[in-house]
Amino acid sequence: MTAERPMVEVKGARKAYGELQVLKGIDLSVARGQIVAIIGPSGSGKSTLLRSINHLETLNGGEVWLDGVQVNQALRGQAFERHINAVRQQMGMVFQHFNLFPHLTVIENVTMGPIILKGMAKVAARELAVELLSKVGLAEKVDAYPSRLSGGQKQRVAIARALAMQPKVMLFDEATSALDPELVDEVNAVMKQLAAEHMTMLIVTHEMRFAGEVADRVLFMDGGVVVEQGAPSEIFREPKQERTRTFLKKYLAA
Amino acid sequence: MDFSLVQRVFPFFVEAAWITIEISALSLALGLMVAFLVAAAKMSRSLPLRMFGSAYVSLFRGTPCLIQLFVLYFGGPQIGINLEPFAAGVIGLGLNIGAYMAEAIRGAIMSVDRGQTEAARSIGFSRSQTMRKVVLPQAARLMIRPLGVNAVALVKGSALVSTISVVELTYTAQRYIGSTYKPFEIFGVAAVLYMLIVYVVARIVDLIDRRYAIV
Repeated sequence: MTAERPMVEVKGARKAYGELQVLKGIDLSVARGQIVAIIGPSGSGKSTLLRSINHLETLNGGEVWLDGVQVNQALRGQAFERHINAVRQQMGMVFQHFNLFPHLTVIENVTMGPIILKGMAKVAARELAVELLSKVGLAEKVDAYPSRLSGGQKQRVAIARALAMQPKVMLFDEATSALDPELVDEVNAVMKQLAAEHMTMLIVTHEMRFAGEVADRVLFMDGGVVVEQGAPSEIFREPKQERTRTFLKKYLAA
Repeated sequence: MDFSLVQRVFPFFVEAAWITIEISALSLALGLMVAFLVAAAKMSRSLPLRMFGSAYVSLFRGTPCLIQLFVLYFGGPQIGINLEPFAAGVIGLGLNIGAYMAEAIRGAIMSVDRGQTEAARSIGFSRSQTMRKVVLPQAARLMIRPLGVNAVALVKGSALVSTISVVELTYTAQRYIGSTYKPFEIFGVAAVLYMLIVYVVARIVDLIDRRYAIV
């Protein structure tokens, strides 16, 4: 039953940097079209968890699955390289610091993946890129270089770049944390639009209000474990765990 | 100050300067090739290659260039390497500057933000695609200046090959000292010509740098 197979599944994820345990056995399941927001204090492991799903971090234990395919397979050398490159093409990742390619124009940033990795014709890739850039409201910036864009514009290009690979899931790693407050909304608006289109999304965020608005489920992490998860209304209004309450109180007070 | 002497020897010095330019250009070409290979070795995933790269850099940066030239030119024949002075000069200078340039290249590659690699890899690009399409184009810009500094150092360092009897600027100057006893004029002419060459090299580096400026 493909319809019931989770889009993203994490089983018993463990990660340590030397003595420091960052992930202490995380389980997570995201259904197709579901939007999960991951919140928690700095150092709670939420970014590490998200990065492990894309294999930018290598887990010390546990499994990550994407749409029925194990991401961190026990392959070696070139075989693993080929596998992970193929898997990553199906996941869009958006970073806190945008990481646009500064030597390429906006449209080149977006078309590079489809042209090189999918062998898409340049004309078709350009069409797709223009469509995506219009969608994120940057149709007039196609030929600009990233250095000419504001932070919010850069992040919207980064989202378009990820979408150009037509991913099965989008991973957002504090996508608005590096933005000036007045630029946050334009990026959030794009993410909401994706939510409306039923894109499967995992969103690591510090913005509680946005998490509450967009997520189907909120996951609170602390000290490398999932302390509590549930619908936004449950987590934000009546958290069951003391740690969640303390965190939210601190956060909303600040 | 004997200007008539300067006038008299000048044409011979210009000829010698061409040899300096030639030897610098050839050892620069060799040095760049060596540098890319050594930088690649030092950044390789293979431990033996990394060890080779580090050993190469330590050896050639850790010993005087003059000694390297002597080992190659005077010591070479003992182990069956017989080189003409010019060839020994090009190879000796090239191998030496290659070690310095390797570090310049490696430094430039390493100073490309890690996020660039992560972004490219997260899209699905392989290691080598990421290097060729994302990291190197950005690193190329960053390595122009340091490589330029090395090229200038190479021109001046080429004076060392006068000691293995390559008839370039410095050697020519020394030869004229013997017959004229006017070191101030003679070395002065050599110095001015070195300065001219260095100026041209620096201008070329400027032009390349501007050409590849990121908008």
